[in-house]
Amino acid sequence: MTDRYETLAARMDERFGEQIERVTSICGELTFEVGKDDLIEVATALRNEAEFGFEMLIDVCGVDYLSYGSDEWNTSSATGTGFSRGVEREPVILDEADEFDPERFAVVYHLLSLQHNFRMRLRVYTGTENPPIVASVVDIWNGANWFEREVFDLFGILFQGHPDLRRILTDYGFIGHPFRKDFPLVGNVEVSYDAEKGRVAYQPVSIEPRTLVPRVIRDDNRYSADLKDGADG
Amino acid sequence: MAEIQNYTMNFGPQHPAAHGVLRLVLELDGEVIQKADPHVGLLHRGTEKLAESKPYSQSIGYMDRLDYVSMMCNEHGYVLAIEKLLGITVPLRAQYIRVMFDEITRILNHLMWLGAHGLDIGAMTMFLYCFREREDLMDCYEAVSGTRMHATYYRPGGVYRDLPESMPKYQESKFRSTKEVERLNSIRDGSLLDFIEAFTDKFPGCVDEYETLLTDNRIWKQRTVNIGVVTPERAMQLGFTGPMLRGSGVEWDLRKKQPYEVYDQVDFDIPVGVNGDCYDRYLVRVEEFRQSNRIIKQCVDWLRENPGPVMVDDYKVVAPKRVEMKDDMESLIHHFKLFTEGYCVPTGEAYAAVEHPKGEFGVYLVSDGANKPYRVKIRAPGFAHLSAMSEMVEGHMLADVVAVIGTQDIVFGEVDR
Repeated sequence: MTDRYETLAARMDERFGEQIERVTSICGELTFEVGKDDLIEVATALRNEAEFGFEMLIDVCGVDYLSYGSDEWNTSSATGTGFSRGVEREPVILDEADEFDPERFAVVYHLLSLQHNFRMRLRVYTGTENPPIVASVVDIWNGANWFEREVFDLFGILFQGHPDLRRILTDYGFIGHPFRKDFPLVGNVEVSYDAEKGRVAYQPVSIEPRTLVPRVIRDDNRYSADLKDGADG
Repeated sequence: MAEIQNYTMNFGPQHPAAHGVLRLVLELDGEVIQKADPHVGLLHRGTEKLAESKPYSQSIGYMDRLDYVSMMCNEHGYVLAIEKLLGITVPLRAQYIRVMFDEITRILNHLMWLGAHGLDIGAMTMFLYCFREREDLMDCYEAVSGTRMHATYYRPGGVYRDLPESMPKYQESKFRSTKEVERLNSIRDGSLLDFIEAFTDKFPGCVDEYETLLTDNRIWKQRTVNIGVVTPERAMQLGFTGPMLRGSGVEWDLRKKQPYEVYDQVDFDIPVGVNGDCYDRYLVRVEEFRQSNRIIKQCVDWLRENPGPVMVDDYKVVAPKRVEMKDDMESLIHHFKLFTEGYCVPTGEAYAAVEHPKGEFGVYLVSDGANKPYRVKIRAPGFAHLSAMSEMVEGHMLADVVAVIGTQDIVFGEVDR
């Protein structure tokens, strides 16, 4: 983390105080978490105030934290029966809860300041509402239009105040939000040409999901902070 | 008198000037565009979701298939993000190779763009000229990676292998005579670096040829000057990057402003436009041909002088050599672990951006410490550019839509992902 970014972080803290919370980064990037209700105020200030000058919105990205930090393969207890390459998977149950975990969905904004040559990341958690909803930043950065449509399409996050919130990447008439973690990788429906009906028809998928490489989380001491510091010092 | 109504027209998705699968719903008043509504996603393959289900290194090949005319630059964005999270620094020689191939890719991309853009608005010869030079650069891809397009050459930790000492050669067939084969192979006798150097000597002359055909061409100027004008303020507001932003006169290039690899070691200039119209963007890209050529030349000189490793020496991330596996148990274990499980990337998030030929190509990685990424987000420059399509064509004639699609340099592999 360079001094310039530290200065910027200090200025951010001074200006916004309680509204933002800094997230530590392992690779020198600046990330702040913003409360859902403060998003528009903070974003407007970041673009308009000369000391920040983030005139460009580079990206809007949705993240679904449903299975964050969970692995598919518990190696400490599995050796008794031997390892299987295929992982038994629970059938996917769509989340029909009225409320989500408050940190389930997040919208991540990547900002760029051309005049100061800064980058910054803002993260907003959508809270417990179902469907999740956050305020749209289209009026602040017009380029957000399609990015927000994409997040809506893939994650089902609504953007309040968006002028034209339609699906963008998926097919016409698509059901579901494919990038949610509870949406299966193989999808729910497949299409084929039906000669009798004389048109393309949808039917439930016939292929089974298969995991070739199980998801594993291993502690690697090379990355632990205290060891790294020792090596540097 | 009959009432005149706006006319709605469907453009694409199967249209030669739509550059792939773009469906545009155009609202016309006579021949003047009132509104354009691009429908994208016909090429959506869910690259980001697929990447979440695979170990990190297995998704590099998907990156080639995003923007399928600038393959290695896509890989570059992805491997940079992984390297950032892993905290690896790539050997200097690998950095020079990456920069050289980034610039070769930039020329490849711009040649494709110039050829197609020319063809779209009536300059047939350009297409043939551009593909002639593209062929040579495709040979460089082939020599170094074995494939002409989807290279998978950049790997976390460096590049797949060092530059080869020989070039693949043409063989005689019933379609290629001995004389033709001799002519084609005459520049392929030396190493890859010799071949690239010969190319850089020849290429400025080729760019002069393109310019003779287009730059002062009356028809070309009629089709591009004052078409699709974007002011610098609007360009920033709409999230434009790359030549689209520079064409509007904003001097912004990640290679200079936020240098990655060895871009701060090489000498080059950033061309900027003045009026922000299609013609200025054309001029910017043509000048980028020359600047890229300059960078390649400097890289060739450096690479000749400085042999060295092209991969980091860390078997936790990079597969060991096959020879070593034969008599070294450790190497065998590393190899097995890498290919059955991959490596676990420390928990965190990183955004790495490269100056892709089309603009800022960024990869945002979220890792929860597993051997697969938790979330990969690809920031494709074309996506932001295409979203401004309506604004750029409003008030123009129907035929100008094609010129604007051309100038935006749209490739659907990256827009739809």
